[in-house]
Amino acid sequence: MSFLLQQALIDPSAATKMHPRQQGALISQARNSRLLASLAVVLKDSGNMETLPEKMRRHLRSALVIHAKQKMDLNYETDRIRSILRSADENLLLLKGGAYIQAELPVGKGRLITDIDILVSRKNIENVERTLKAAGWEGSQIDDYDDHYYRRWGHEIPPLISHRRGTTLDVHHNILPPTAGPNVDACLLLKDAIEIAPGIFTLSWRDMVIHSATHLFHEGEFHHGLRDLWDLDRMLRDFPDRDPHFWNELLERAERLQLQVSLFHGLNYTHKVFGTPLPAGLLREARDRAQNVAKPIVDFLYLRAFRPDHPDSRLLFTGPALFLLYVRSHYLRMPIYLLLPHLTRKLWKRCFQDDSGAPLGLDNKTGKTANQ
Amino acid sequence: MQAVGNLTNKLFHKQLRTGSLALQVGPYTYSIQSDLPIVAEGIRALYRDFVLVDPQNFIDYKISIRHGGLLQRLRRQTQFYFDGTRPFAPIPIGQAYAFLEWGMNWCVSLHANEYLKLHAAVVSSERGAIIMPGVPGSGKSTLCAALGLRGWRILSDEHAMLIPGTVNVVPLCRPVSLKNESIEVIQQFSAEAILGPTSQKTHKGRVAHMKADLHADSHNASPLPAAWMIFPRFCPNERQQVTLRRRSDSFILAAYHSFNYSLLCESGFESMEKLINSVACFDLVYHDLNWAVHTVNQLVGHPDNE
Repeated sequence: MSFLLQQALIDPSAATKMHPRQQGALISQARNSRLLASLAVVLKDSGNMETLPEKMRRHLRSALVIHAKQKMDLNYETDRIRSILRSADENLLLLKGGAYIQAELPVGKGRLITDIDILVSRKNIENVERTLKAAGWEGSQIDDYDDHYYRRWGHEIPPLISHRRGTTLDVHHNILPPTAGPNVDACLLLKDAIEIAPGIFTLSWRDMVIHSATHLFHEGEFHHGLRDLWDLDRMLRDFPDRDPHFWNELLERAERLQLQVSLFHGLNYTHKVFGTPLPAGLLREARDRAQNVAKPIVDFLYLRAFRPDHPDSRLLFTGPALFLLYVRSHYLRMPIYLLLPHLTRKLWKRCFQDDSGAPLGLDNKTGKTANQ
Repeated sequence: MQAVGNLTNKLFHKQLRTGSLALQVGPYTYSIQSDLPIVAEGIRALYRDFVLVDPQNFIDYKISIRHGGLLQRLRRQTQFYFDGTRPFAPIPIGQAYAFLEWGMNWCVSLHANEYLKLHAAVVSSERGAIIMPGVPGSGKSTLCAALGLRGWRILSDEHAMLIPGTVNVVPLCRPVSLKNESIEVIQQFSAEAILGPTSQKTHKGRVAHMKADLHADSHNASPLPAAWMIFPRFCPNERQQVTLRRRSDSFILAAYHSFNYSLLCESGFESMEKLINSVACFDLVYHDLNWAVHTVNQLVGHPDNE
């Protein structure tokens, strides 16, 4: 059941022993899972980079170049957003990749990002949006239905974009939509935030783990599933050293935030896929607190989602499994009377407003069209 | 070493269908999979002299053009796949060949950051290589094709791949993309031009590709030093002329025409500086291809062929 990328991430020396065809597939799987720079970091740190063939190394170096540039750009954007938010009386609280990188955590090493995510207080979000727009961030071009959907049922406003620099900013007021089963009190998250640099905050270590697990199991698209699981692994190996009470209070905190089910899944699958070390009895206790979640069918679905969506590593029924998880993620996000009209609308749009014959999409890394 | 053209028809189609057709293109190995006759026809015509690679070797870019599902089949559409993902919208079957070529460009544009990549055509003679950056419509591909048909070696129609810190360009020879009237212009320019399938009504109009490996050294992988940078501009109403271009302007324009100049940060700046300080830069305004080829030859001291 194991796949090449999993093998190489767990034991980097495995990459040096692979057949050239497998080494090509490994690069392809890592690229597909947005883990190529992370793989490069793992191979470098373990001293295995130099023994790899040059054909392979140049792809890994290429990904590190992208990571280095993203890190530099993030630094610049963080600085600007911080001062814009200050004029809106709001602190800059970074979430996910942006937080990992800016806090210089091991999980941020080689982490590629597609946008910057921040968390602001609910009551101030309109003010924040206005201030950001006045400072040059533009709203995205989406139709009225989607705009309404974001504002009425979402936990974030429609993405803001800096067209000149090609950066996307996601402004959240919570980590889950208000329609989702768990009712997360975002004030608790804000209260526990850590200041990593003057005026720059992240969630606390525990909340970071809980948020990552929540994100993983409430997102419908699993393109980043494996990447998010790898984030969890890196954090769970690192945070206990930073805080001796990390494990003690993790489960309690998740329960306080009503996210014990997501946390259990996160711990369970990280341990299953990457062999992440957990204290004895922790998983059992997490399951008890989450109550009856370990159904075989859920395992069947998720173990498919946590593989690269790649021809070499897909299992039997991966397609239907991903579809069911997509539906499930929506079901987790909102009650059925909202869900059905929404999915029907999405399906209708996909079938009848398809972009057939449209030009190739903009490539968000170079800002150039592919077909020059 | 076996080339695509050495395969029997049957074996070629089988390899293409099953994804075991792997080609060496400059420093990269591509494997191509497709069940579309138009793709087979194009590859057979334009890649017949490309060296085959054992599919068990390291593959850099694994691509595929096939139907994405029943709905696409009914709409007569097809889909480009890379790493098992679908980076682009579905495309009409008739445009599949053009999209194969664009998709192959895209792989390099997006991923290969070991080089400073300029959006430019590159040709070379024994006197050195010319980098010809240009926006779409500037006539760089047409001029590149014409020079190729008159004895120059085509290194690339799309990517000038510079090894950072040097002036050396890595060859990445693939078919030259011709658009609209350029197709007939090149056919009239030389009877030797071999063209692949024509894709109608793409977002760039009518597109056909020309076989580019016409030189004895076309598949030699060694980097070559750049000696000139020429900015071509096709313009029917202006006087044809070649003029010296200021280095500072050339720097900015070449950086603008780069895929990864800003991504490479300091290394990008330093490589571009080194390049611009080492090459002579010119503007070339033309509308007559024979004149343009003759002028380029004179500029670099290369004899006119034919």
